[in-house]
Amino acid sequence: MGDTLIRVVDLKRSYALGDVTVHALRGVTLDIAKGSMIAIVGASGSGKSTLMNILGLLDRPSSGQYFLDGQDVSGFDRDRRAELRNRKIGFVFQNFSLLPRTTALENVELPLLYNGRGARLHARHEKAMALLRAVGIAERAHHTPNQLSGGQQQRVAIARALVNDPELILADEPTGNLDSRTSVEIMEILQRLNRDSGITVLLITHEHDIAGYASRVVTIRDGRVRSDDPVESRRDAATELVALPPVEAEA
Amino acid sequence: MNIRETLRVALRAIRRNKVRSALTMLGVIIGVASVIAMIALGSGARAAIDEQIQSQGTALIYLSSGSFGGPGRAHQGSGSVQTLTIEDAEAVAREIPTIARWTPGVRGRSQVIAGNNNWNTQVEGGNEDFLAVRNWVVAEGANFTARDVLVAEKVCLLGATVARTLFPDSDPVGQIIRVRNMPFRVTGVLAAKGQGQFGQDQDDFVLAPWTTVQRKLLGINYIHQVSLTAGSSEVVEPTAVAITRLMRARHRITNPENDDFSVRTIEEMAATRVQMAETMTGLLMSVASVSLLVGGIGIMNIMLVSVTERTREIGVRMAVGAKTRDVMRQFLAEAIALSLVGGLAGILLGVAVSQTITHSLGWPVAITAASIVIAFAFSAAVGIFFGWYPARKAASLDPIEALRYE
Repeated sequence: MGDTLIRVVDLKRSYALGDVTVHALRGVTLDIAKGSMIAIVGASGSGKSTLMNILGLLDRPSSGQYFLDGQDVSGFDRDRRAELRNRKIGFVFQNFSLLPRTTALENVELPLLYNGRGARLHARHEKAMALLRAVGIAERAHHTPNQLSGGQQQRVAIARALVNDPELILADEPTGNLDSRTSVEIMEILQRLNRDSGITVLLITHEHDIAGYASRVVTIRDGRVRSDDPVESRRDAATELVALPPVEAEA
Repeated sequence: MNIRETLRVALRAIRRNKVRSALTMLGVIIGVASVIAMIALGSGARAAIDEQIQSQGTALIYLSSGSFGGPGRAHQGSGSVQTLTIEDAEAVAREIPTIARWTPGVRGRSQVIAGNNNWNTQVEGGNEDFLAVRNWVVAEGANFTARDVLVAEKVCLLGATVARTLFPDSDPVGQIIRVRNMPFRVTGVLAAKGQGQFGQDQDDFVLAPWTTVQRKLLGINYIHQVSLTAGSSEVVEPTAVAITRLMRARHRITNPENDDFSVRTIEEMAATRVQMAETMTGLLMSVASVSLLVGGIGIMNIMLVSVTERTREIGVRMAVGAKTRDVMRQFLAEAIALSLVGGLAGILLGVAVSQTITHSLGWPVAITAASIVIAFAFSAAVGIFFGWYPARKAASLDPIEALRYE
């Protein structure tokens, strides 16, 4: 460990909204170590979404540099960013963002279609099934999203994020649409992935208690890093889960 | 994403909206079907003309009175002038060695009566070689003889239609029919030829010696036409040229514009008709193509709606690594699949329509492999052309905007 996965230097991003120029990021410098679990916290409008979009290679900075795994990616064009997203980054969104009317299994397989390796249908099924087992919903593999609860959908999304063995999981408000018990379950999966598989997890949230599951919290305000502190008493989702009262069988 | 995956995703998207996909395809289906049907009609007409040439013999030449005139001159119409005589015909036949057989032709419409039945028909006059020159066969009875022609005997042969109409229940051979109150003895009945290429009934006529028709029936001293056959189809053109030269000499015509006769070969006539058929087909084809175009616009419209509806899907695909060309391909494949499936259905419909036309209207149609290939290629082209813009639009979406789209 100790290696740097992400390094951004003086990252700026501004948008032209008609005549007005909006400065969403005003110079962010940040290092994220490989294998860490870090939370980026900020109110809406703080620029944290813009930062996430750039770190997730969905957007490009107006200026500044972004090194992902030692490679300067700030100048990459659309397709090279798409390729890198596919290979190195797994996304987990607040609204799950699964394809509707498509089974959990096929949703998990989706990134495999674009990885350019042309894996066989059978191999893809195997891989996706294994991941669905790992997140605990193998028995729902052939259900479509509208037949799944929010927590189950988020598990499918996590499995999808993992399917190309990414370096980084970018979780944007992953528990925003979930009840508190399910939130803890999802955080348990993310912590487990971080701890056991060494995947770097980047948690974007505005809830400070969710940020408590990370080992380090970066606070963004007005497009700048306001604070960057290690978490002193880190929450452990697995322990909390045991303490929670058991739920009745799911409907 | 490879081709197979792309195709799978496209077909699934089409299956998901069955009614909408079917309605979208309808435009292409109708377009392709009409193109197929029109090509079939066109080639059918062509085939019918070719067949007719074969049935009439390619060596046939017509020498008719009157001409089609040159530019700026009134069109006199064939048979409208009275300068073609039997002497012209005999001279042509005598002096041009490449002529095998010939017959003069005179004709007039008349009421023909047999017992209680009467019928208005064409009365044609020819010599004993008329049947050989014009490719007719006697089905019952016998042809009239050279002597009958010489003495202007009142005998006749009946076309199949006339025979059937005048003698519905009895054998016409040996019976008497009255033409303009003149009794004619029926010596035979001709085998039916059926419809001509304009749908006219070729069997609706009575054939008598030209002498009889000219003098006793029409009371004229000229003839309308001479039909000749050249010895072989290779000498048709030189024979036609020789006839023209001889006729100009006999009629003392120096300027071809003043021709009072016209010489046409069956091939020329067929070429004219083929051209007519092709013009007609072209016209119908362009109408059919317009419907294909409209079908294509329908596809573009639906694809644009589909892109908007699936903005989030596109966003998700982009987020997990779909490149511009992956998204482009996906939507293009969908448009092409729509138009190709529509094209296939259109081909089936077009074939069915063509068959219906043959059966109900009796028009000749011929479905060619080429027309099917053309229709298929055309519908694929429509898919690519009209799918391009929506696909481009999908592929150029901003992933962030697309993911956020509600």
